[in-house]
Formats: sequence, C-alpha cells, structure tokens
Amino acid sequence: MRHRFAYPLSSQDSELDRFRFRIAFAAGAVLLSFLLLIGRFIYLQIVQHDYYVTRAEDNRISLVPIPPNRGVIVDRNGVILARNYSAFTLEITPSKVDDLEATIDGLSTIIEIQAKDRRRFKKLMEESKSFESLPIRTRLNDQDVARFAANRYRFPGVEVKARLFRQYPLGSLASHALGYINRINKTDLADIERNDQEANYRGTDHIGKTGLEKSYEFQLHGETGYEEVEIDAGGRAVRSLSRTPPVSGNNLTLTLDVKLQEIAEKAFGDRRGALVALEPSTGGLLALVSTPTFDPNLFVDGIRTEDWEQLNASGDRPMINRALNGAYPPGSTFKPFMALAALESGKRTPSQAIADPGFFNFGGHTFRDDKKGGHGLVDMYKSIVQSCDTYYYMLANDMGIDLIARFMGQIGLGQRTGIDIEGESEGVLPSPEWKKRRFKRPEQQKWFAGETISIGIGQGYNAYTPIQLAQATAALANNGVMYRPHLVKYITDTKSGEKTMIEPKPIRTLTWKQQNIDTIKKAMVGVNREGTGARAFAGAEYTSGGKTGTAQVFSLKGSDYKAGKLKQELRDHALFIAFAPAEDPKIAVAVLVENGGFGAQSAAPIARMVFDYYLLGKQPKGPAKEDENAEEEE
Amino acid sequence: MEILYRIRSRLVSNLDMPLLGITALLMLAGLATVFSATYDANNRALSQLVNMAVGLAVMWGVAQFPPQKLMRFAVPLYVVGVILLVLVFLVGIKVNGARRWLSLGFMRIQPSEILKIAMPLMLAWYFQKYEAALKLRHYCVAGLLLIVPFGLIAKQPDLGTAILVGAAGFYVIFFAGLPWKVIIGMITAGAGAAPFVWTVLHDYQRKRILTLIDPSTDPLGSGYHIIQSTIAIGSGGIFGKGWLEGTQTHLEFIPERHTDFIFAVFSEERGLIGCTILAILYLLLIARGLMITANASTLFARVLGGSITLSFFTYAFVNMGMVSGILPVVGVPLPFMSYGGTALVTLFLGLGILMSIQSHRMLVKK
Repeated sequence: MRHRFAYPLSSQDSELDRFRFRIAFAAGAVLLSFLLLIGRFIYLQIVQHDYYVTRAEDNRISLVPIPPNRGVIVDRNGVILARNYSAFTLEITPSKVDDLEATIDGLSTIIEIQAKDRRRFKKLMEESKSFESLPIRTRLNDQDVARFAANRYRFPGVEVKARLFRQYPLGSLASHALGYINRINKTDLADIERNDQEANYRGTDHIGKTGLEKSYEFQLHGETGYEEVEIDAGGRAVRSLSRTPPVSGNNLTLTLDVKLQEIAEKAFGDRRGALVALEPSTGGLLALVSTPTFDPNLFVDGIRTEDWEQLNASGDRPMINRALNGAYPPGSTFKPFMALAALESGKRTPSQAIADPGFFNFGGHTFRDDKKGGHGLVDMYKSIVQSCDTYYYMLANDMGIDLIARFMGQIGLGQRTGIDIEGESEGVLPSPEWKKRRFKRPEQQKWFAGETISIGIGQGYNAYTPIQLAQATAALANNGVMYRPHLVKYITDTKSGEKTMIEPKPIRTLTWKQQNIDTIKKAMVGVNREGTGARAFAGAEYTSGGKTGTAQVFSLKGSDYKAGKLKQELRDHALFIAFAPAEDPKIAVAVLVENGGFGAQSAAPIARMVFDYYLLGKQPKGPAKEDENAEEEE
Repeated sequence: MEILYRIRSRLVSNLDMPLLGITALLMLAGLATVFSATYDANNRALSQLVNMAVGLAVMWGVAQFPPQKLMRFAVPLYVVGVILLVLVFLVGIKVNGARRWLSLGFMRIQPSEILKIAMPLMLAWYFQKYEAALKLRHYCVAGLLLIVPFGLIAKQPDLGTAILVGAAGFYVIFFAGLPWKVIIGMITAGAGAAPFVWTVLHDYQRKRILTLIDPSTDPLGSGYHIIQSTIAIGSGGIFGKGWLEGTQTHLEFIPERHTDFIFAVFSEERGLIGCTILAILYLLLIARGLMITANASTLFARVLGGSITLSFFTYAFVNMGMVSGILPVVGVPLPFMSYGGTALVTLFLGLGILMSIQSHRMLVKK
C-alpha cells in the first residue's frame, strides 16, 4: 500500500485508530499532569498551609519601633540643661543605594550638601551597620523637605525622617557633668546587650557617651513603643494595625546649681583647671567644673571631622574631665588632714610646737621649707596658717607611712568616690603596699623612710583627683560624716511622676573627736583670715576655712622658684580647698588651676567668687584675677 | 421572527457551544481576578473585557472558514513569520536584555506570537500535503521547519514562547504519527544532551532553573517570584482569603500579578476549591478539544486541532506549574485568565480553528 514506513497502514480506518490512540494517550498525559498540579496545590494549601500563612503574615506585618523621648535634665532650680527638639533629616540607607556618590551628587542638586556633610556621612558609614539609615543632612527646613518630596521617586533608599534631637541649650556650660550623646557604636551595642536592652533600643540610634548622659542612660532612654503596621512589598506602611505608645525617659533633677556652675566656669577665664563644689551635708555637687570645656551640641548629629580634630589636637585637651580624671599632688592642701591624723593618733597635740630652722635633714638629705630661715616656733595652728613644711616633714617622719595611708584612705583619698559619672580615676594613695603593686623590680618595690617625708607636705607619690579632695574637705566640714558625691538629686518617673531621691544616707561616719575637728577648722579659718588665703578672702561677709596648696610640676632641686621666669606649662599647679560658712558649712570646694602658680595666687580667688555667689548671691565681674602679690608658700 | 431566527442561527451555527461555555466560565474567572489584581492602582478589567471582545470576534470570524481555506494561509503566514523573526534578530528592539520586538514606526509587534499559530498550521499543511506517503524524511523536514523559528525565538531570548511554539509544532508531528521509537530515542538523547544544553542557556535561564530547585538561595533576586507566589498559594488554604482579600496580592508581594502570575492571585483568594475547579475547567476544555480532533475528517484538521488543544494544555500546565513552583519561571500566560491582548487573540484564534474543524467536519466527509 501507500505506507511503507515503520507503520504501514492497511487502511484509512486503522490510521484513524492509531490517531485516536494517540489522542487517548495525550488525554492520559494531560490528566496525569493535572493530577500532579492538584497534588501540588493540596501540598501547598493543606499540608503547608499554616507555614505559608505565617510567611504571608510576616510579609505583611512589620513592627515599627517608636523611639521614646529622652529624659530631660534640669538643675536644682529647674533650669533645663538637656532637652529634645524635633527636626527633619535627610537620610540614606547605603545598602539600598547602588551608587552612593551619584545619589549624593543628585541630592545636592535639590538640597544643599556641603563637603563637610559628605565627610561626616562617610565617617558615619564607617562606624555603622550597613542597613541603618544615616543622615546626610540634618535640620532641613520646610522648603528642603518639600523639594525632596517632589523628587523622591528619583532617589530610592533616601528618605526624609522626623527625628528628635538632643539639645544642650546652655552650650558648653556643665558639659563635663552632662556629657553628650552620639550614635551607637559596637561597644555601646555590647553594653546594651549586657543590660538586656536590645529590644528596647530597636529604633534608637543615639546613646549617652560620657557624663550623666552615659551613667543614667537607661533611666533617660525610656521605653520604646511599637506600631504594628501593614506594609506592602516596597516596605511602605499601608495602614496601622495597633500601637503601643513609647514611654518617655525619666527626667533627672541635678544637685547642680547652674548659676554657680556658670560663675565658677567663668572664674577660670581661659585657664585650665577644675573645681568641685559640694554640699557637705548631702554630698550633692553644686558645681563640677573642668576647663576648657566643649560644646556637647557638636556631637549630637555626628561631630564634624574638623571639630573632632580640633578638640583632640588642642594641647589643652578639653575632652578630659580634670575634676574626675586628673590626679594631682595635693601639695599643702594635704596638711590639714595630716594635722587631723596627728591629733587622732596622738602623735601631736595642738599646742606642741617645733622650732623650724627652714629645713629638715633626714638620711643625709635636706628637705627645705620655702621660707628661708624658717617660721620660728611653730605649733599646729601656725603650721596650717603659714603652711610650714618643716612641721610636716617631722610629723610625717613621726607618724610613718602606714599610719598616714590608713588615715587618708578613710577620708577617701586614692579611691574612686563613686560619683554618678563614669570614668573616674583612682589617684595614688602612697603606701608600701601600693609601691609593691605599682613597681615590678624588687629594688623599686621597697619603701624608703625618706619617701615618707615629702608625702607629709602632699608631694612625692601623692596624687588625688579634685573630687577626692572636695570629698575629703566636705567630710572635715561635716564633722566626719561622709557622703558619696553625686550629681543627681532625684529621678522623676515620667509614667507615675514618682521621685526617687539619690543617696540621702551617709556612706561613712568617721569617729573623730569633735575637739580635734574644731582645732583643724579653726586653723583653716585662720588661713583665710590671717594666713595664705587672707588676701583672697579679705572683706568676706562670712567666715570660711581654707587651705592653699601648690603641686610641683617641675622639680627645682634646691634652687629658687620664680614663677614669672618659668614657661607657663612649667609653672606649678595651684590648689585650694575651702568650706563656708565655717560655723555651719553649706559649701565645700576643691579648686585646681593647672600651671596656676601658688594656690593663693590663682585658686583661692576662684573659691572666693564661688562662695560669694553661693552664700551672698554676689555676681562677679569677669574672671578671677591672679593675685600677683600673693604670699609665697612652700 | 423567521429572519431573526435565521440571523441567530447564522451567527451561532459554526460555534461550538460546549467550548464556548467552558471558555466563558474561564473568562469570567479571569476578569474577576484581573480586577482584583489591578483595582488598587490601574484597573485593567475593562480593557481586558475589550481584549476578550476582540478575541471573540476573531474566533467567530475564523470559525466561519472551513479548514481547507485555512490551509491557504499556512505557507505565507509561516514564511512571513520567519522573515520577521530574522528581522528581529537583525534589527529588533532590545528591552530588558531581550530582543523580541520589531518596530514598525507607529507600533511594535512581537513576531514570535505569529508563530504560535503559524507553526502548527504550516506543519499540518505539510503533513496533509504528503499524507499519502509519509516517510522518515518528511518528519525530518518537519523537524527542520520547527527548529528554525524555535531557535530564533529561543535566541532572543524568549524561552517561554520558544517552548510554546516548539510544543505546538511537536504536537503536530506527534499526531502525524511520529514513530514511538523516534520519540523514545529523542527523549533519551535529550536527557543525554541536558548537560550540553546547560552550557548553552543564558545566565538568567540557568538561574531560574537553579532557583526552582531551591528558591531560598536567592530570596530577593530570582527566587523572589517563586517564593512570593508559593506563599500566596499556600496561605490561600482550602477556601481562599476571599475575592479582593489576598494580602500577598494587594500589598504587591506578587510580581506581574495580572499577567503571568495571575494564578497566584486566583489561588490566594479562591483557595484549593477554586484551583481545583479551574483545573477541571481546563481539563474540560482540553477534553472537548480532543473530542473535536478525534472526529475531524482530514489529517490536516486532526493534527492541527490536536496541536491547538494540547497547546492550551501546555499554556495552562506550564503557567500553573511555574507559579506553584514545580517548573522554572518562563514567560507563559495562563489561558483566558492572564491580562494581555495579543495572547488572548492568539488563544481565540485557536478556539476558532477548533470550532471550524467541528462545524465543518460533515462537509469534508461528504
């Protein structure tokens, strides 16, 4: 027949049969294929249904954190020191942008973006996680926002956000106490994790870095709220499903008196130094000064590179909190405490006097008094008022280092005071044990009796922070009842309005004889009336006790010290401790002026200004003047 | 009355009511789904209705022609189609890395679409011509006629259309009696050649196959389509979320939701029940097509009808398979459901041919 090929067909009908067989075959294949599909639908829609419902919900619902308002910080009189304000920022999420440079170039055609903004952005990028959105411009005005909104479609991964910014309305005032906030970095993240606060910090991108902002971070932060929103595939919120409002951070009310703080800071002029003023009966800090200061506002939206470099490059090192981190030999301000130790230990009586030839020989070494020919016959009162070194060389020798170290340790010298700001230095309370810890080589570890002698006048290894000196002065002023220095008076819970007072109880009550305390106080009053502090406190309408001191920066072996001839940075540090009114002390201070020369010359006038304002409300005129005619000491 | 009756009878006499009925149900489902997929932003339901009207008119027109007359179009249509494909290859417009379009100045056309009909028509014509003495070389020539346009379309690259055109052609050859031995041999050879084919595939095509095996390897890239569409289907459950209630759909997680991925929208909102009904409708459509084909009187009508019917199957199966994640993502629309005029007109053209075969079977037999 016609078909000689593989399937020769005998007839038209058998060809049709073959065709119909193939139709049937195809129908079978189709049916099977559809059964496979339906099997797949059953698998997805019944077996895996719950899983896919979850996936769909995860797709659809997003928890958007609502960061809380950070707590406000006010001084003891309610003056605002740190607050928040709302402003628009232009932010880029680098991970969502292909060509960052091109995007920023494009943005700069509609919104002004300066070179410094770009540099800051680059710095932020290096420091942050890539999925974060980072500000390229802050504080946009309404026009900027409108212009961007009109061009938004051109810039995927770029958005305008309303953010709360921290503001320190008084600028650099009290900056060392307040500290500042800045973007969260890796160290902060570890901190947040350690405190189990990760969930609460979702949505927060700033954190306290120093000062109170850091130490009270978890009080100030507040509770993050959440909004459950339905989002579309582009991540845009379509509608809100539920909302848990955030709870604002707790407010801090400080013991600080910002007016006093301002007067104290201004009193320093452009000199470097520190001042700690506290209330002896509570330990509350009235002023905490470290000069030079810095403007914490610079840090809030990411510090500009040049500002940061300027702060760091400055030889004056404004970022260092000298009141807490600077450890200085106390010089003669050590003497009242030495005298008290002598009375308490029975090594001296107030009237016991020595004949001062102007020097003290020990082990073949001569320890000089700064007054040539000596002070003559010196009892305890005179030793403090005139700051006689020889008296204390002898006393130190009689007491021995162990007794000195034990007494000074009791009043908190050489230990962290536990002030509510982090990063405090320990200082150095010299003792044979300390030397063993401090040095490695055995020959250096040995304590020599000769080393005790200069300890007696506050030199040698002695090194204390201004806050320690202030705490010790306050302990003396308060008759041995010691409080932990602190800056926060109370925390106000924003939810309940409840106030939590900080530290109303004394940490230690030293059992000194009142008679001994009175002897020392009387001598310190004498300092300000007829001694080294008399010029600074001339005409004061209150009685005050004080003690000047000078910490040697540059060792002048035996030769005369002429302040004017030395370069400024080689001049000695000036110190002054004081309390007033002497009968019932309301304020105790420790003042340090770096390279200020004598304590009477530059530190005591600052204390006078502080007292005048705090006790009498007197406003000073300009910074405290250095007293060129101040009586020399040591 | 008499006139009216005659007009009516003239209008519908060449139409196959079962085929039309099934298609009407599919179109209704399609319109509702297109509406749901697009009403948020740019509603396409009305414009799809216009497409359907045009398609129905084309179908009616084609149904009036007896199959023999259709044969006349086979060669010219095929030749023009292939020439246009060559032109696309040479001077086509590149969109998204693929050269599929030809600009005629006032409009753009996609010549590969023509081949969806031209290919089975041409091969059916060819087999009809040599009906009396089909030999192996005729199948080889048919294979050659198939492979040239297939290659040109695959090269564009447009794997989806290439598969549809290739399948349509293959079905013709299959129904024309391609020996089983050859079929089995080809399948074996195909399996053996798979590693070689892999090296020829474009990167994006390979990626699609890889993401089919494990979509989670690239959740935001090429795996995204499959992940989102399977989430849509799975979360639909037995009863579905309800019309206009699909979250995956309305929050725009499903890409191309009114075109190639419309099945994800449908199954999210209609659930397993809806999916099963839809599958049954396609099965009925195919069954009716195969019935018509089985009763056709000429080889031309048989192989053409069979090919068109199985093409409907290919469309539906490949589309639902890819959307539900068992086949790679290729650009194949869901018949009578997906939005798009060209594809719809091509489908109705096929329906018209099937109806023509059905209504003219007696004529031919005589």
